[in-house]
Amino acid sequence: MAEIARSFHDLNYIDTLSCMDSPVHRIDPRAKLATFLIFAVCVVSFGKYEVSALLPYFFFPAVIIPLARIPARYFAGKIVFLLPFAVLIGIFNPLYDRETLLSIAGLPVSGGMISFVSILIRFILTILAALMLVAVTGFTGVCMALERFGVPKTFTTQLMMLYRYIFVLTSEGMRMARARDLRSVGRKGSGLKVYGSLIGYLLIRTWNRAQRIHMAMLSRGYRGDFFLRRPLRITSADIAFGLGWSAVFITLRFVNLPRIAGQLIMGVLS
Amino acid sequence: MHMADALISPAVGGTMWAVSAAGIAYCSKKVKEELDERKVPLMGVLGAFVFAAQMINFTIPATGSSGHLGGGMLLAILLGPHAAFLVISSVLVVQALFFADGGLLALGCNIFNLGFFPAFIAYPLIYRKIVRGNVSQGRLALGATLAAIVGLQLGAFGVVLETLASGITELPFSTFVAFMQPIHLAIGIVEGIVTTVVVSFVWKANPQMLEGSPVKAPTGGFPVKTVAAGLLIAAVITGGVVSWYASGNPDGLEWSMAKVSGKEELESTYGIHSMLASLQEKLAFLPDYSFKGTAEASEEAEGDQSARLGTSVSGIVGGAMVLILAFVLGLALKRFATDASSRA
Repeated sequence: MAEIARSFHDLNYIDTLSCMDSPVHRIDPRAKLATFLIFAVCVVSFGKYEVSALLPYFFFPAVIIPLARIPARYFAGKIVFLLPFAVLIGIFNPLYDRETLLSIAGLPVSGGMISFVSILIRFILTILAALMLVAVTGFTGVCMALERFGVPKTFTTQLMMLYRYIFVLTSEGMRMARARDLRSVGRKGSGLKVYGSLIGYLLIRTWNRAQRIHMAMLSRGYRGDFFLRRPLRITSADIAFGLGWSAVFITLRFVNLPRIAGQLIMGVLS
Repeated sequence: MHMADALISPAVGGTMWAVSAAGIAYCSKKVKEELDERKVPLMGVLGAFVFAAQMINFTIPATGSSGHLGGGMLLAILLGPHAAFLVISSVLVVQALFFADGGLLALGCNIFNLGFFPAFIAYPLIYRKIVRGNVSQGRLALGATLAAIVGLQLGAFGVVLETLASGITELPFSTFVAFMQPIHLAIGIVEGIVTTVVVSFVWKANPQMLEGSPVKAPTGGFPVKTVAAGLLIAAVITGGVVSWYASGNPDGLEWSMAKVSGKEELESTYGIHSMLASLQEKLAFLPDYSFKGTAEASEEAEGDQSARLGTSVSGIVGGAMVLILAFVLGLALKRFATDASSRA
């Protein structure tokens, strides 16, 4: 439960970040959503043995995070926390792909090792992209962008309602769990039977709450549309942001910058 | 079971995005046609309920570990397939964006694996066939548990197929299947029991909640987290030790295999001196072909595997440089941004 409570805390925190103001926060959500998606596609599209060409993509977070004035430390902690999952994905590669593809200082490195490292780098980059996107856009912003991109309104409404009530219901869930823990000395009470009733009650309460919410919405004139205070307007700065970064990502996809730089250096040295 | 971006190729990710987008469009249309306005807040709040329910754990008897609700099957039972698919999708979007639980590009795959199978296969074909109108405790339990297990098994198999199609993991198909399916069988059983317990409670306390809408199948969650985590840690340790052992024996079989299969041309020029040459390579600080100068090395490597790699010594040097540059740039920008804001 500590882990889930922690996730909830993260949700709160990242929501707070998205309410800040910075040049990056002010860019239109649509431009940001498109840019981050292109970033993810470019990163994932490399061959499985690619390592060096992926590294320049770290420039993107390195520029965005300070400019948006969001704490890099938070993202670093989050990545360390999630890294075991990435390790799991790739850990078998060195076992199955043992052909030596490269040697460093006389030590052979197998293809599996290289693809493992490649997976780790991609994992870090794509996680950074997702977290940065919400931290600089906010969930509502993402939903508005999705809607403008043609996602059905039923679904975007669902996303916004879900998000709004996560905060309300998770604190209710945590209160129930705490109350039960306080009453269940030792292990009694933490079994399946009590659990079933607790969740059942939570569900029924949730259901009733939904009915009250619906009546409240109707009495305030809900007819199937949400109105947002902040109008979406694409400016030339937004277009420049989107096109500029996309051009960088796509160029880096085809030009291996580190290898060129490395060759230059080795050339000078030799 | 949420897939990460590193597991899929853009082609597979894109295809599954399209498939899931079509699913969302179709379900949105269906839900809208039902014209049941009450469902709008209900769907949203039930999605939030899935998160809230995960705040509460229970002890799995005899194992000492704890589990919690995944929720997909329950949503299907309460809302019907179309609305459930939308709710599951929205939960996955939030998980991907806030918890990095599943990647952006893999979102389509995750929606398909965790939403489509439970809502459109397991629910209508299993749960509904079993429960069909005459609800009883036994039928509820059987239907919910079976549907939860089947939904999760199909989802796990989907993960394997999508990974296979992406060609990312080195895992042979059969090994991956043998690994994924049993683990998700355990998770599915727990999910099925939990769903049964909750549905039974609701059925006794507030029966119209079930009768008013069709009943559904579950999607995945990670109820037996601790058990699964234990297995996975064991797997990582085994994998780590074995692979270290493998690469720690460079003179062994794989080393010679690489010589034979990968670099036949290069080796043939050395002829019988190949053994001496490889010894030299190991003694030298950097392997000889990298010292010859990068231009020459890359020419020689042309068309051979290391060219595709993009990981030569120069790649490593350049890569380190790029990383340092990015880091320095980040620090400089941070200082700049702080100055600007303190002046403002």
